[in-house]
Amino acid sequence: MEQKNNTLLIYTLLYFAFLYIPVLFLPIFSFNDANYMSFPLSGFTTEHYEEMWAKTNLHKALWASIKVGVVASVVSTTIALFAAKAFARYKFRGQNISYGAIMIPFLIPEIILAVAILVIWLSLGFKLGLVPVTLGHILFCTPFAMLILIARIEGFDFSLEEASRDLGENAWGTFYRVSLPLYLPGIIASLLLSFIISFDEFVLAFFLTGSDATLPMYMWAQMRFIQKLPHVLALGAVIIVFTTFIVLLAFWLRNLGQGKEKAEFGIKIHE
Amino acid sequence: MNDSFIQINGISKHFGNVKAVDDVSFQIKEGEFFSLLGPSGCGKTTLLRLLAGFEYPTSGNLLLDGSDITALPPDKRPTNMVFQNYAIFPHINVEKNVQFGLRKLGLTNDEITKRVKDVLSLVKLEGYEERYSSQLSGGQRQRVALARALVRQPKVLLLDEPLGALDKKLRDEMQLELRTLQKEIGITFVFVTHDQQEAISMSDRVAVMSEGKIQQMSSPNELYKNPQNIFVSDFIGETNFLKAKTNSKDGEYINVNIEDLGSFKIKNNLNISENASDVICSVRPETMMIDREKSDWDICLEGKIKQTSYLGEMTKFYVETKEIEKIITVSSQYFDNQSFQDGKCFISINLNDISLLNKK
Repeated sequence: MEQKNNTLLIYTLLYFAFLYIPVLFLPIFSFNDANYMSFPLSGFTTEHYEEMWAKTNLHKALWASIKVGVVASVVSTTIALFAAKAFARYKFRGQNISYGAIMIPFLIPEIILAVAILVIWLSLGFKLGLVPVTLGHILFCTPFAMLILIARIEGFDFSLEEASRDLGENAWGTFYRVSLPLYLPGIIASLLLSFIISFDEFVLAFFLTGSDATLPMYMWAQMRFIQKLPHVLALGAVIIVFTTFIVLLAFWLRNLGQGKEKAEFGIKIHE
Repeated sequence: MNDSFIQINGISKHFGNVKAVDDVSFQIKEGEFFSLLGPSGCGKTTLLRLLAGFEYPTSGNLLLDGSDITALPPDKRPTNMVFQNYAIFPHINVEKNVQFGLRKLGLTNDEITKRVKDVLSLVKLEGYEERYSSQLSGGQRQRVALARALVRQPKVLLLDEPLGALDKKLRDEMQLELRTLQKEIGITFVFVTHDQQEAISMSDRVAVMSEGKIQQMSSPNELYKNPQNIFVSDFIGETNFLKAKTNSKDGEYINVNIEDLGSFKIKNNLNISENASDVICSVRPETMMIDREKSDWDICLEGKIKQTSYLGEMTKFYVETKEIEKIITVSSQYFDNQSFQDGKCFISINLNDISLLNKK
């Protein structure tokens, strides 16, 4: 038995090494006092970070990404909430087909989605920019949001909603006073993950941004010049830390109040 | 008191091809403790949900205190419900749960505080205001559910198997308490249960349901002593069935030929016609006597005890007789499983204790 455990442990370590070592090079080299990614390290510096932050284009791209991410996550989470509620609460004709239809953008190669939106958008006579990027991101984020929210709402005790109706609340009052507070951890997890998906998304942005670059577009543009590599590394390192934090937060929230402590958490959005 | 406080007029509820409730009509009196009793799937819960407004009838209408509530949504009905799983809101504490339904009633803060305090003292939950559902026992949750519904002072309280999840001891206590509470506050209770003992021990009247229809509606005594058909007789308590044929009538009585036993004159409560070949005689185990010696009762049979079950306050004997093919169940408080060494016994029946039923 001991032998078997060791094999599994080694496998696990190798797996994580393969997954994370390349990513760890970014932060390491971002603090290295050199313009090239090579060992040995020549000295510690924060100069790349200062240099990175001094670029005004970066600020513009960051702001564009935040705008797109916020709108895309709010809209896709809202759509997904209604859909998830319907799927978890009711049994209706065409349920499997509509579930599949919502999930398909998740499986279609992104580049096909991007080209399709590009063609339609241009043939309608609209200009490229952040609007079509946002629409594409909504389409792309909704299936993710749905998976998270269905997991949260499935197994929800719907007699709680009936109890609220019974106690004199109408449908909206019930949603606001009972359903929303109980779904809230799932909703926030969905908002955060949708935001991150949009924030990191490259292919749709590549086809649809036009001149308003999002952050991944900005990085890609910078990569073409070798002398700009260090500050792209610095930016990459910041994004890794930020993304990891958001994802961990989202998973923690998603699991909050589920399982053993299901009934114990209380998020008070009304008094 | 208003005898037709709740009027259920020709109510049917179909789910696809299933007739959950099938053309049911009856009335519930004001201040009554009324039970809907039946096995699972008999339509009792659907009927309760129709009264609460969670379902709308396929046909028929519902009147409460003279006004038609058939189409009203649950939040507009003067009814409140205690749910089977209690449905205590997990994200707010006991006090907030109880206050939940008072928001729309237009009460002042002082009135709200007073009502919550009064109802919590009524259900003996003072001091639990700050607790959350997960910090309460089953019995306490049940009290919160009760308080939350009663605080709105509904005209009717609907209870959907509220004692089902409690252990036996607590259930017996809560039965007494609910009954006392109902008499104290005088609100009409409509209580759904599949437990016949629970229904007959608590209710003023019981409606026994099966396959979407009311089989019998009467006081618990009537239900037990004068069941209207085999289903009710079988569902309420325990009984022995004997096949029989009817002969000539004699006023209130009728001559009956009981299979294997012979001809007897017994009471014909259901006014069963002469020469009916499909009738059944029902004899309750506790109405029979078991003894070591022969008795002078109307019927006395020698038997052999095949099996016993000792229940403490009484013992059940499963007796084989020469005359009757079936094993007869007899219960006794006097004898127990130690009393008959050789298994030889006599069982005696009074004709008054035989009820004659139609076999449908």
